[in-house]
Amino acid sequence: MRFDTPATTNPIDQLKVVGRPTDRIDGRHKTTGTAPYAYERHDVVPDQAYGFVLGAAIAKGRIAAMLLDEAKAAPGVLAIVTTLDMPRLERGMMNAAYLFGGPVVQHYHQAVAVVVAETFEQARAAAYLIRVDYEPEAGKFDLAAEASNAPLVGDDSGEGSSGPPEVRVGDFEGAFKAAEVKHDESYTTPDESHAMMEPHATIAAWDGDQLTLWTSNQMIGWGKRSIAKILGIPAQNVRLDSPYIGGGFGGKLFIRADAVLAALGAKAAQRPVKLALTRPLIANNTTHRPATIQRIRIGANRDGIITAIAHESTSGNLADGKPETAVSQTRLLYAGANRLMAMRLAPLDLPEGNAMRAPGEAPGMMALEVAMDEMAEKLGLDPVQFRILNDTQVDPENPNRRFSHRDLVGCLRLGAERFGWDKRNAQPAQVRDGHWFVGMGVAAGFRNNLLTKSAARVRLDGQGVVAVETDMTDIGTGSYTIIAQTAAEMMGVALDKVVVRLGDSSFPVAAGSGGQWGANNSTAGVYAACVKLREAVVQRLGFNSADAVFADGAVRSGNRSVALAEAASAGELVAEDFIEYGDLAKTHQQSTFAAHFVEVGVDALTGEVRVRRMLAVCAAGRILNPKSARSQVIGAMTMGVGAALMEELAVDKRRGFFVNHDLAGYEVPVHADIPHQDVIFLDEVDPMSSPMKAKGVAELGICGVGAAVANAVYHATGIRVRDYPLTLDKLIGHLPEAV
Amino acid sequence: MRSFTYERAKTAIEAAAAVARTPGAKFIAGGTNLLDLMKLQIETPTHLVDVNGLKLDTIEPTPEGGLRIGALVRNTDLAADERVRRDYAVLSRALLAGASGQLRNRATTAGNLLQRTRCPYFYDTAQPCNKRQPGSGCSALDGVSRQLGIVGVSDACIATNPSDMAVAMRALDAVVETVRPDGAGRTISIAEFHRLPGDTPHLETALEPGELITAVTLPPPVGGRQIYRKVRDRASYAFALVSVAAVIHQNGTGRVAVGGVAHKPWRIEAAEADLPRGSKVVTEQLLADAKPTHDNAFKRPLVERTIGAVISQARS
Ligand SMILES: Cc1cc2nc3c(=O)[nH]c(=O)nc-3n(C[C@H](O)[C@H](O)[C@H](O)COP(=O)(O)OP(=O)(O)OC[C@H]3O[C@@H](n4cnc5c(N)ncnc54)[C@H](O)[C@@H]3O)c2cc1C
Ligand code: SF4
Repeated sequence: MRFDTPATTNPIDQLKVVGRPTDRIDGRHKTTGTAPYAYERHDVVPDQAYGFVLGAAIAKGRIAAMLLDEAKAAPGVLAIVTTLDMPRLERGMMNAAYLFGGPVVQHYHQAVAVVVAETFEQARAAAYLIRVDYEPEAGKFDLAAEASNAPLVGDDSGEGSSGPPEVRVGDFEGAFKAAEVKHDESYTTPDESHAMMEPHATIAAWDGDQLTLWTSNQMIGWGKRSIAKILGIPAQNVRLDSPYIGGGFGGKLFIRADAVLAALGAKAAQRPVKLALTRPLIANNTTHRPATIQRIRIGANRDGIITAIAHESTSGNLADGKPETAVSQTRLLYAGANRLMAMRLAPLDLPEGNAMRAPGEAPGMMALEVAMDEMAEKLGLDPVQFRILNDTQVDPENPNRRFSHRDLVGCLRLGAERFGWDKRNAQPAQVRDGHWFVGMGVAAGFRNNLLTKSAARVRLDGQGVVAVETDMTDIGTGSYTIIAQTAAEMMGVALDKVVVRLGDSSFPVAAGSGGQWGANNSTAGVYAACVKLREAVVQRLGFNSADAVFADGAVRSGNRSVALAEAASAGELVAEDFIEYGDLAKTHQQSTFAAHFVEVGVDALTGEVRVRRMLAVCAAGRILNPKSARSQVIGAMTMGVGAALMEELAVDKRRGFFVNHDLAGYEVPVHADIPHQDVIFLDEVDPMSSPMKAKGVAELGICGVGAAVANAVYHATGIRVRDYPLTLDKLIGHLPEAV
Repeated sequence: MRSFTYERAKTAIEAAAAVARTPGAKFIAGGTNLLDLMKLQIETPTHLVDVNGLKLDTIEPTPEGGLRIGALVRNTDLAADERVRRDYAVLSRALLAGASGQLRNRATTAGNLLQRTRCPYFYDTAQPCNKRQPGSGCSALDGVSRQLGIVGVSDACIATNPSDMAVAMRALDAVVETVRPDGAGRTISIAEFHRLPGDTPHLETALEPGELITAVTLPPPVGGRQIYRKVRDRASYAFALVSVAAVIHQNGTGRVAVGGVAHKPWRIEAAEADLPRGSKVVTEQLLADAKPTHDNAFKRPLVERTIGAVISQARS
């Protein structure tokens, strides 16, 4: 199905199943331990051996030699494959770092060997016996030091947050110079780790030249092509299966060392191999969100109308790596005739920077929305009002291009009302509650909505059960449930008559889980397949397709009603289709919007920041399942608190690696950090997005949260911190003295 | 993890003798620290002597009016003990500020005293670390050191002792009771129990090889407001940046021990006379010899502020 004109009324609009707060259909499996994750798939293939990955102990250099005698002789060892055994392997899609093969060490903890043994403990013990002779080389590990020489670099990956190296509209410099009120500040965000619960894990088995990977991967289609490319085998010889995923946040968009080394280990040992990256490897072996240094300049007239806006961001990466597209939202969020956006990329020898939940916008909004707060104060305007004043309904770079649907103003207004914003004293540092300074902050939320082809197959059996098959993934987001809701709505059956099978590369290729594109596109693909199945049913039952109604497990037309199951009485009906898009996303800008409100307390003596309450109001098209959507948004808000207050991969700038590479050292919020969260979804649809009229919310939920926290800290204390995370050491020097 | 042998000791003396007899042997109690370190091959014992069956898991009154806490009393049980909560509230509060409920259910009194540092380089066997591998160098000195020590540090090591419990015990003048492999017992004051790093940071306590902790005794209750204030980057389940265990009497006098700043719980009794004069003078004495790094210089004002917070709380 091609979607190239705005959606009109369709069966989804009935909203009998879609749009209702529905419990997860996989919830029972998750809570009873019967949803097996990759490493737990003990029954898929017999005789599984264990793999253990050894990571490089230097950040840059070469491996001169590896001594394996002791390791090979260790108990239980079946095979050892080292990086010197083969020429450097190809890279998978959209990755800069080489995962294995060859003597060159590109970054710390890059995989240099895999040991396969009868037990995990044996594999691990043997891996420690491998002696590696390194020839270290000096590297570049300090973004701030390299920033001044960083060249302008764009990103054309097409992953959503792409952009040219520089965008100019009007005359920024002239307009900024002439502006009556100006703001010019720099902001920094640190490297961050996805820190998902389930580590990267794979079981690999070969059957002749056929490879099966039971793995944990967000993008099955990409994964299949990537592993084939890396191993130099035909893609049709590979099957990936990833039905349950314990979180990804972008860290599992790609084939990583677990999959490659499980496959190589299995080949060498001639046994299926089960392998998980250990927690200490994950920070440096896999990808992370790269640090940024961002400069923002805003000029406005005294009435608060923005006349000039510039956002420049510098990040670092390995050769062939991409910049963090932290300026992308600033191209679209606020009006202003004169504009400058630029991205610079410094070559660094740290591990690869790549996508993490809302790449680009998440760190970009952390800077932009603090700058907006600062500017509002300079103008003497309420920060909610200042944002409303500079709202735009058109793409500021191309005023002929409207937003498909944009209600940022609605989010801000409703949020302000519900949060009690009118009680906020415009002066900072005025409210005390015992030993706490209390403050409120606001920020806009913004993330683009991306359209991408997505396919599905639906089956109807003689019992009237509808089964959906697609390689879409559920990374804890609720895909199973919204897909079931879509199929139930389309086929007119109850939710318990729908079976959903996901994550298998033998199923039709779906959008996958990334860029908050999963929900809208994958359900639209299921919609398309269901439209075909409905046609097949109508034909089989001899109805006139134009007026057949699918409801209550039956098909009705005029006075005639037949049970849906009847259509499959002579054999299963199968339909397959995909959604693909025309140029609606080009003619119109599709984005999602939010307003984030946060109240914090800052301990007047110790500078500890504790969030007291949070509210997000989201405008993101039709909300397919308010319950799972809310879970996504509160999870994203929690991650936003982490980014604001504690998350930072600490760089050892001499040795070139992230030092705090476990979950004791890399702190993310715990329950005690998150007291009260509210989420409101505006009741809206976006007919330009797909027949589902839905958009994404899961990344929108994080965009802007960090800035709202930082603005609340400022409001509480009068202290403006522009370097994330806002740890207490950045505050205490400015707080009142102790007794 | 390297292969190791394992035995369950039946008596304290037997346990001590077993460890003394076998090169590379160690005691195992709750295992919450030791097993993690073994998985990373930071600890590589050849033989484990399990002390969980030694029946050292009771809390008894002492003839002097104090409490004798068995070495195997779990952190959860100790924190919940009625006498501890009433008379030694700072200890109960310190325990509850540490780790998580699950860990405290396993963790023992002796094991907690002997938990090893959380310096990130200590945990990465690819990096030099004098504590893990004597003579290899200290990566933290010119590396990432935000969490590390500022006082009592040496050129060989700036690690901190991460225990919360020990800080409270230091404020309470606890005494560690042990038995040696030859069967002889002795007592070690908590002040003497942990060592400063000097140029032997791998030696952390006054214990001799094979010496087993059997109990920790607390002197009779000292009264006062007992406060444990732990400052960290998140609200729970994190090691202290700085912590303060305090006993403060109505007239403003009292005791303070500081965690998160040194290789041992940090207390200077002489400084306490100045408590009524406020946190600044006390901190000046406590940290007179501090040598912070660029990363952890904030701990000096943070100590002062946290002591200030504790004094305010005691007055309120
Ligand atoms: C995730 C995590 C978070 C944590 N957070 C905190 C925190 O916030 N604050 C805090 O204070 N602690 C924290 N801890 C540490 C925890 O308190 C310790 O792991 C625990 O107290 C150790 O006790 P154990 O009985 O398990 O010791 P074990 O691991 O069994 O032993 C530790 C050491 O003590 C020795 N030993 C044990 N018993 C004896 C004995 N009777 N005589 C002589 N030697 C003995 C062992 O040989 C070993 O060297 C945390 C731990 C983890 C894993
Ligand atoms: S501070 Fe101590 S524990 Fe840390 S690296 Fe240096 S020697 Fe090792």
